[in-house]
Amino acid sequence: MGAELGKYKACVSARSTDKEILKHAQDGGIVTSLLGYALDTGIIDGAIVAATKDFAAKHPSLIMRDNSNWDMIEPWRPIPAVVSTKADLLAAAGTKYNISPNVSMIKEATRSFGLDKVGIVGTPCQMQAVRKLQLYPIGARDVGAAVALAVGIFCMENFPYQSILQLVEDHAAMKMESVKKMEIGKGKFWIYGKRGQVVQLPLKVTHKYEQPGCHVCLDYVANLGDISTGSVGSPDGWSTVFVRSKIGDSVWANAMAAGVFETQPIEKVKPGLELVTKLANEKITKNKNTLESRKTFGVGKALRNPYI
Amino acid sequence: MGLLSSVFKKNVSTEPPKPAAAPSRSADVAAKPAETKKEVKPVADKITLGYTHLSGCTGCTVALADNYAGLLTLLDRYVDLKYMPTLADVRHVQKVDVSFVEGSVCINDKLAVEELKETREKSTIVVALGGCACYGNITRFCRGGQQNQPQHEAYLPINELIKVDVFIPGCAPTPQLIRNVAVMAYLLLKGTKEQKDLATAYLKPLMALPVQGTACGASTACFCDLMTNVIDQGLCMGCGSCASACPVNAITHEYGKPQGERDLCIKCGACYNQCPRSWFSFDVVENYEAINEAIMAALQ
Repeated sequence: MGAELGKYKACVSARSTDKEILKHAQDGGIVTSLLGYALDTGIIDGAIVAATKDFAAKHPSLIMRDNSNWDMIEPWRPIPAVVSTKADLLAAAGTKYNISPNVSMIKEATRSFGLDKVGIVGTPCQMQAVRKLQLYPIGARDVGAAVALAVGIFCMENFPYQSILQLVEDHAAMKMESVKKMEIGKGKFWIYGKRGQVVQLPLKVTHKYEQPGCHVCLDYVANLGDISTGSVGSPDGWSTVFVRSKIGDSVWANAMAAGVFETQPIEKVKPGLELVTKLANEKITKNKNTLESRKTFGVGKALRNPYI
Repeated sequence: MGLLSSVFKKNVSTEPPKPAAAPSRSADVAAKPAETKKEVKPVADKITLGYTHLSGCTGCTVALADNYAGLLTLLDRYVDLKYMPTLADVRHVQKVDVSFVEGSVCINDKLAVEELKETREKSTIVVALGGCACYGNITRFCRGGQQNQPQHEAYLPINELIKVDVFIPGCAPTPQLIRNVAVMAYLLLKGTKEQKDLATAYLKPLMALPVQGTACGASTACFCDLMTNVIDQGLCMGCGSCASACPVNAITHEYGKPQGERDLCIKCGACYNQCPRSWFSFDVVENYEAINEAIMAALQ
């Protein structure tokens, strides 16, 4: 294929040099450190991130002001929040493994939150949404140019919140409240409890709970982020980072110069780009097949294809 | 990318030569004072634009004007505004390359219907600008009774009466989308082969909208489009674009999927059209950086 990793100017294995961030981080703390650096240096004046229940309780003014959400504030349900300090950013760190409609805040961030330079973190589909609204701003007046940094995260597929509930409470027999961290790696879904217990579920079990909309997605490594990152390809505690756009290039170079990250060449680490390429091709091939099968889904009737 | 660098080059070359005297007040100025006053606009290269204003609130006009300096650059270099009720002296429909039509058409208003038909006859490309012209939008809810024409009660999006080539949805449409379409229309009509290809790729989804129809039929856009063509088709991945795009905050999320308060919906079509799973062109969006730069360069 060749295009599975998108365009990029550089690819490295990296991790944050901030010990405090690494304590909260999913892997190498790339997203949190990068946004933290961008906040500190004024590259952005706020960022849209996926926060959680605890965060929402402490900072009700930073989350989506939307009545329907108040009943939905549950452990491990991500809630889009606009943060403008490093402390708030840190409080929202970590991967949640279910959908956070971060793009829903992108206009509001430039309105009631008053941001001129917005940072946003999101999955590949959310990066697609951001770029579409920059090129075709239909309901996003003056928003496109305000997006100062878009950080994409690798994504094989996502889960609705109820699926995570199902996996944690039914399959792993743990309470959502007692979960410390969730992770997908080494072919398994890992759930770490606060008291030290670890449950692993084979991905065979989790597949059927995936969000159906993810099965037509043709992007694994967030090809449209300014910078995109994920754990795949790098050793434990490190993240693989693609520097893609001109904005990404300049932010990354400055962050490196400021000592925010330590890096290793991606060619030197195991399992390296080979695994990233393999998984990207797996996802794209699988989902292209899904799109193909949608053409003949009914009897002489097709399901819709969004790509033109 | 060759395609886009050529766009950039074209823009550099079409830049009107600066009056020789402007930067340096040398002896030349005194010698040739007439030079500085000479018309330097590349008029021949411009496309002609008209603006027909039907039953709309002027929000679309304001959005066009809200390009500020960008609008002046557009008018300077790419577009000759032939007629427009608000921003030009000539108000009546003229023969033009591109017509923007704001507002839906009141079928009880003979003059409005005639103007719309005349617009179609006299324009190469008709662009429905804004939610009302594209889908009816808020005018769908009109029941008449308004002074001093209480009998004006039935309003239709313009593509129910004439063939429309391009939709610019949104209530109000954004200044940036109007700008992008204007630049692309220029490239489509006046550009090189490569620029035409780029403009065609960019405009393709917006040109597909007038013919593809909507969920509720009769070109009525609403939250139903998102429901039937995205969510019910198993395509929604919960990014949140729709909720952000909705001008009346009618969209929230339930189970990670958008839920529309349909009584609040004004039927503008912004949610559906902003959704990355309604229509999405990899050819265009993957080159977002270069295209954005080319458009910005065109307006420098």
